[in-house]
Amino acid sequence: MANVHYVRGAMIEQLEPPAASSGAAGWVRQNLFSSPLNAILSVLSLALVYSVIAALIPWLISPTWQASSLSECREILEGASGACWGVIRERWLQLLFGFYPSELYWRVVLDFLLLIVAVAPVLFTGLPRKMLIFSALYPFLMPWLLWGGTVWGPVVAALGFGLGYLAHKLAKAALGGLAAMILAVLVPVIWWLFLAGPVSEAVASVLPLALEPVESRNFGGFMLSITIGVVAIAISLPIGIVLALGRQSNLFIVRSLSVGFIEFIRGVPLITLLFVASTLLNIFMPPGTDFDIILRVIIMVTLFASAYMAEVVRGGLAALPKGQYEAADALGLDFWLAQRLIIMPQALKISIPGIVSTFIGVFKDTTLVSIIGLLDPIGLSNSIRADQSWNGIVWELYGFIALMFFIFCFSMSRYSMFLERKLRTGHR
Amino acid sequence: MNKTVFVGVLALAGMSASVAAAGLLDEVKTRGKLNCGVNAGLVGFAAPDANGEWGGFDVAVCRAIAAAVLDDPNAIEFVPTTAKTRFTALASGEIDVLARNTTWTFTRDVDLKFEFTGVNYYDGQGFIVRKDLGVSSAKELDGATICIQTGTTTELNLADFFRINNMDYDPVPIETEAEAQQQYLAGACDSYTTDASALAANRATFEDSANHIILPEIISKEPLGPLVRHGDNEWGDVVRWTLNALIAAEELGVTSANVAELASAPGSNPEINRLLGTEGTLGEMLGLQPDWAVKAISAGGNYGEIFEKNIGEATPIGLARGLNAQWTSGGLMYAPPFR
Repeated sequence: MANVHYVRGAMIEQLEPPAASSGAAGWVRQNLFSSPLNAILSVLSLALVYSVIAALIPWLISPTWQASSLSECREILEGASGACWGVIRERWLQLLFGFYPSELYWRVVLDFLLLIVAVAPVLFTGLPRKMLIFSALYPFLMPWLLWGGTVWGPVVAALGFGLGYLAHKLAKAALGGLAAMILAVLVPVIWWLFLAGPVSEAVASVLPLALEPVESRNFGGFMLSITIGVVAIAISLPIGIVLALGRQSNLFIVRSLSVGFIEFIRGVPLITLLFVASTLLNIFMPPGTDFDIILRVIIMVTLFASAYMAEVVRGGLAALPKGQYEAADALGLDFWLAQRLIIMPQALKISIPGIVSTFIGVFKDTTLVSIIGLLDPIGLSNSIRADQSWNGIVWELYGFIALMFFIFCFSMSRYSMFLERKLRTGHR
Repeated sequence: MNKTVFVGVLALAGMSASVAAAGLLDEVKTRGKLNCGVNAGLVGFAAPDANGEWGGFDVAVCRAIAAAVLDDPNAIEFVPTTAKTRFTALASGEIDVLARNTTWTFTRDVDLKFEFTGVNYYDGQGFIVRKDLGVSSAKELDGATICIQTGTTTELNLADFFRINNMDYDPVPIETEAEAQQQYLAGACDSYTTDASALAANRATFEDSANHIILPEIISKEPLGPLVRHGDNEWGDVVRWTLNALIAAEELGVTSANVAELASAPGSNPEINRLLGTEGTLGEMLGLQPDWAVKAISAGGNYGEIFEKNIGEATPIGLARGLNAQWTSGGLMYAPPFR
């Protein structure tokens, strides 16, 4: 009797999947040509993309890097159409730094490198926690590097916070929580208003340690955009959180003030606030008062961003189930502890996309300052065109500015996606 | 109503500013810097170069004033202003003098409480068209689409001109000059209208500039000049006579090349002597050094030199002197006597 095998003793070699459904061909078939309609649409889209690229690439690759005027570009191109990159070669430093003295560029560069160092431990929790000390010092270091002047100004300003902390600590034991809170605000304010100036002058006369001062008028280009953007972003988040909490508060006055502020700022266009900063404030203040224009603009942009931030954070607070608040109360946590340990970590996590898109919006809104005569990249592009050599150049300048903005905004949005993935704890 | 309030606020600011700013000349001297409001960018008139140095026809006026007052044509804080911010910047005291191609009009002089200290450029509104449009006069523009910058006097002038001549037009509102260039070149409008000096500057940048003509009609008067606030006549005099010194220097043949030699000793022409401070006490009367005009002229040359260097026929803008020639050669530049 023959030995019938109906079960295989060995595995068959695996076959390659059919060529039509694997590799590049398979991907194309699945994604681009899965049905007649899709095939038609794909062909049309590819044709469109090709025609755009075919027109753009020759324009972008243009041998005009060394040209020193638009007419020279035209001579080099001999009638062909192409970009005139000479303007970027000649003016890119101006677009980045404005009128900042060129021998002091290192201060701006150092400032933004340090900014990365200061922000890193906040963004990436894997880094040593000790770096946060530097992050706390950075807000005082940054203006000193940018504007120059005596080192004692920022040191004395920082001392104010130290004094406030000390007052809080001492008074809490002696006088109780509320009094300590009030003192912690009052002591630094008195220090800054009345004592900081004379003290810093006195110390500076003993130990003059100063950088060459640079006036705000010389700020311009991307450096101006980034300065306004970073300061507004950094300050608007804490103010926004406080406003969002204020809006939910049971205390009538606190709630009304918060609601009034938020609704007023959101009801007014940023342009109007900037005009108030540049012209109206000037008229109301006594003539001769020299209230720095960039400082005025930063304050306005910060207030504007804070109101939006407050609403974004409020959205996060509203999305938290009521049980979280009740659980915090049940544990016997006081208001601030509950916020710090339970409410805010969850609310902010929910709000990340909103917060980051507000950040990006604020950063892009800084270009509006060109309307009040500050020379940010857009304002500078007009000034550059006013040079007879470059009059008539439009796309090259706007393209360069758009590229720079894209780099900043795109990295911000990528970071937000990274943060969302990292913090996803899987409740929903 | 709103306008009245706004003007009232402006006037109030002007008054309070003038009260406190009495003695602006001394203030500028102690400050050691002149705050000069300029255009953030207008070809030939004001623009920063790659090193951030400002230059141009209006900027040269600022430099002459700074040289006359502070003996240093670079002791200037240039404040870029826009068409919207320029008047508040001046009224609030942020700037000492505004040299920003600003047309001298009745309301600006009287209602906004400013003092125009003279005219450094006589401009007028013109039209540019493509040659193949077959138009040789602005009166043939009936039914044309016209690119026009909004919020300027040119917009009103255009409406007036077409109404007077019983013609229709189709306005294409645009915001900036760069946009106007693009729209006009892309054929969005048959004609573009603005000050004739700007039209010439624009045409010079066109790739096919020979195919575009500027029509002969000038439909408005645009006397451009530096201005200061009401209420400080001493400072106004300094600005006015610095400009006059530049104009008179051209008439008298004093240039940046020969000014040092002419000022070294009194010459045969008494008016040159008075202007350059080798005779008389004109500088002292202004509250300045006797050789104030020498410094102003050495800063960038006399009026004619400044014109030729920034916007004259040797430059790409290529403006002819026209109305801006000396009165002795048929123009309107006429400095009162230095006596």
